[in-house]
Amino acid sequence: MIRADSLSKNYGAIKAVDGISFAIEPGEVVGLLGPNGAGKTTTMRMCVGYLAPTSGSVEIHGFDLATRTQAARKTFGYLPEGAPLWGEMTPRAFLDFIADVRELRGAQREARIEEVAALLQLHPVFDQRIETLSKGFRRRVGLAQAILHDPPVLLLDEPTDGLDPNQKHEVRELIRGMSSDKIVVISTHILEEVEAVCSRAIIIAAGRIVADDSPAALAARSEAGRLDEVFRSITTGRKR
Amino acid sequence: MRPVWTIARRELRAYFATPVAYVFIVIFVALSGVFTFYLGNFFEREQADLTPFFGFHPWLHLVLAPAVSMRLWAEERQSGSVELLMCLPIAAWQAVLGKFLAAWCFIAAALALTFPTWITVNYLGDPDNGVILAAYFGSLLMAGAYLAIGACISAACRSQVVAFVTTVVVCFAFLLAGFPLVLDAFAGWAPQVLVDVIGSLGFLTHFNAISKGVLDARDVLYFLLVIAAFLYANAIVLDLGRGN
Ligand SMILES: Nc1ncnc2c1ncn2[C@@H]1O[C@H](COP(=O)(O)OP(=O)(O)OP(=O)(O)O)[C@@H](O)[C@H]1O
Ligand SMILES: [Mg+2]
Repeated sequence: MIRADSLSKNYGAIKAVDGISFAIEPGEVVGLLGPNGAGKTTTMRMCVGYLAPTSGSVEIHGFDLATRTQAARKTFGYLPEGAPLWGEMTPRAFLDFIADVRELRGAQREARIEEVAALLQLHPVFDQRIETLSKGFRRRVGLAQAILHDPPVLLLDEPTDGLDPNQKHEVRELIRGMSSDKIVVISTHILEEVEAVCSRAIIIAAGRIVADDSPAALAARSEAGRLDEVFRSITTGRKR
Repeated sequence: MRPVWTIARRELRAYFATPVAYVFIVIFVALSGVFTFYLGNFFEREQADLTPFFGFHPWLHLVLAPAVSMRLWAEERQSGSVELLMCLPIAAWQAVLGKFLAAWCFIAAALALTFPTWITVNYLGDPDNGVILAAYFGSLLMAGAYLAIGACISAACRSQVVAFVTTVVVCFAFLLAGFPLVLDAFAGWAPQVLVDVIGSLGFLTHFNAISKGVLDARDVLYFLLVIAAFLYANAIVLDLGRGN
């Protein structure tokens, strides 16, 4: 499980994240929503220990990120915002490197690389340098990296950004199909995606949690039952 | 240690993924040849040793080692892949050491490719190969110190150009500290102890000792300590970066 306890992050006078707390149990697929600059990426970066919080703490799978960083990192896969990769590598070499780091060995290793490549349909570009790939393929390589070791916790920052409709569908299926004992946290701007795959939506605005409920319950807050209307009224403070 | 090698292998491949690596090695070998045979009066000296060859190495490394180290972290910070790297289950020291070792291996390969010079001198005369071996070792150690300084500075920079220039300046200071020019300026008035301290902080004093074939443990230890200190600083710089 993931437990964030009053996380805050200040950049000088800017309060990027301002006292966020949540607990996520296995089996939950959580959508992190919020307008641009709300603090979703900053929250995720603190959850994975890339950014040190100004105050507060994070625990993943029972490991405190501040003290048991390496142990915690073995339990999750992470797709950073924008899916940064090493451009000079091919997807094959890249996944090989990740498999080394994740200590995948023996027959299982090759099988898993093959499986993930097939899952994200990477074969057409498997031996092409990553810097020459299209944005969507790069995103898929980043996703492949995150799920390679079949982690119990997945944190994905805008996983479907730049994917074509078919691939968006595939990735949603992928997330939905992950066994029910995993934790998945995705940040996204696509509300249909949240309704399609998430069991819970956390809406952040200006560094604070302004709503935390199931997508259906949130949508029910508007007369028309539309999530986008609810999102707009919550994050702008305006009615419709 | 396993993650260290994993990182080092990836970095080394990254060096050779572009033609830049080959260009670098050609320049390194060519320059060391030019320096030795033309500027160093290798033939006119009529001595079977590689003193002029190694005499230029502190200067050669001064320009070329920062060119190797500049991309180590700055490139990753620029592209954002440092976030990917630092969120893998790899400790900062493992990443720091792995990257450094890759850069060091790269320089070692470039050094090894200067072997025709060594063959030439053996063909022409009967040099003391023990001294030559020690000098190669000293040159590699000194390059390692330059690289460690460069890696640390690269971690603090987003731009490779800034990393390069800063590294050259800092390394130049370390080099100069042992240079007779500086030491003589102090020797006139400062107590001998101070002159010795400044000299002992400089790369040149230690390198010259080793390159003469005097393999003193203290000189070797000096370079290893400089490397360790800057790699440690490198890890600290990375950790400070986690704040923002
Ligand atoms: N290094 C930094 N220095 C100063 N301010 C920063 C820094 N990084 C982020 N911020 C600020 O923190 C706030 C939150 O940024 P964050 O990237 O978390 O937003 P986000 O919710 O992910 O937005 P988006 O939907 O656009 O991805 C923004 O106001 C941003 O300008
Ligand atoms: Mg973001």
